[in-house]
Amino acid sequence: VPAPETYPEDLKYHSEHDWARIEGDEAVMGITWFAQDALGELVHFEAPAVGSSTTKDQPYGEVESVKAVSDVIAPLSGEILDVNQKVVDEPETVNDDPYGDGWLLRIRLADPGEVDALMDVDAYKAHVAEQ
Amino acid sequence: VEATLLRTPLYARHVSLGARMVPFAGYEMPVQYESVIEEHKAVRTDAGAFDVSHMGEIHVDGPTAQEFLQSMLSNDIDRLGDAEAQYTLLTNDAGGIVDDLIAYRFGHGQFYLVINASNRAAVYGWLKEREPRGCEVRDASDEYGLVAVQGPRALERLGFSEAPAFTHGMGELDGVEVMVARTGYTGEQGVELCCAEDDTLALWDAILARGVRPCGLGARDTLRLEVCYPLHGNDITTDTDAISAGLGWTCALDKEFSGAAELRRIKEEGPSRRLVAFVMEERAIPRQGMPIEGGGEVTSGTHSPMLDVGIGMGYVPTGQATPDTELVVDVRGKPRRARVVKKPIYQPTKEDEE
Repeated sequence: VPAPETYPEDLKYHSEHDWARIEGDEAVMGITWFAQDALGELVHFEAPAVGSSTTKDQPYGEVESVKAVSDVIAPLSGEILDVNQKVVDEPETVNDDPYGDGWLLRIRLADPGEVDALMDVDAYKAHVAEQ
Repeated sequence: VEATLLRTPLYARHVSLGARMVPFAGYEMPVQYESVIEEHKAVRTDAGAFDVSHMGEIHVDGPTAQEFLQSMLSNDIDRLGDAEAQYTLLTNDAGGIVDDLIAYRFGHGQFYLVINASNRAAVYGWLKEREPRGCEVRDASDEYGLVAVQGPRALERLGFSEAPAFTHGMGELDGVEVMVARTGYTGEQGVELCCAEDDTLALWDAILARGVRPCGLGARDTLRLEVCYPLHGNDITTDTDAISAGLGWTCALDKEFSGAAELRRIKEEGPSRRLVAFVMEERAIPRQGMPIEGGGEVTSGTHSPMLDVGIGMGYVPTGQATPDTELVVDVRGKPRRARVVKKPIYQPTKEDEE
């Protein structure tokens, strides 16, 4: 059963359909319900290495469905502290639970000020409605 | 200006079933209903239905029809009995593949070709231009609906009795008159049902009411690739020849047809490259157009729902074409290991083996 369309209120959103959950000077990141739905069932996550960095608005990895491949865009810059191995092993976790078990990366924020440029849930929902 | 996309008689039904519609060969077609992977597995374990009404149908009729097709198509159509069908190629003078198709014989001088949607104009034009006296080539694509029902339980679900592969006959399903052909593009048992255009919706609904799962083009592609059926436009094109593609078995080289001389030459000299099947040995999904180290190229690639790994087909130099040879696929700049395997990549379970 596919996950229902949801956009949690406590997350920050990037226009390329990525989310970030800010936890102090760290952030957990993933792709939104809209992104996973557009791709279909994920069958591969090409993950970056722990210790490397993300750069805001730049791709840090790829997600693939049976039919398509898509860059994953970093909503924020920082050092990669952790990669979700469960998604590497079972990419469909993202479809089942895009904001929970389907998270992709944890980073240490390089510039907490970048958070201000992200969308809140209402702005992102409006953005999705335009797609 | 974007050309208007055509729709099959089932368009509205696909939409109401929740399908995601995509442009394909000039048509708006369902790529998936709920899940490519679940639809794929339904066909491997039970039964799935595909709307293939976009495919082209050409009638070739008349006293000289057989002689004409024998000179146009690669396979030996003289071996085709009434109520039989044959996989064959339309080749150009250089031996390139204009289309791969199935030829059906109804009776003396009565033939029917089912061709790829994207090649409809090319095939019809090619044949019509060369149509001899005593033979009529007629594009009947808009007169028919075509639905494939595939899977180990397909015949049982439809209440059809067993029949040998590549045979056909007239039949009826829940009141709809159909031509039943024991053909398909999934490697599974099954049928392709051809009906009058206006009956397509009733046929489709009757099939689904019998518990057959609707399946989109996404699953159709992964199913055919697991069993290494070539896709025209990817694995075979006007620039590839049947010998290199491993389709020499469809070419009766002891007769004359366009490109036969060139194909005989390639066969005799041995092709410099071959279409091979491969399985990824690392986590990665090969895609059409990716280079293979040593001069090869991926022509089709996907994730295999049955094997849960990346799989593909591609042309490689003959020296790399032997099963078990290690290949390196350039996956967007990253080298990823693969291994050549014997076709098919996935062997469907035959009922009598269970």
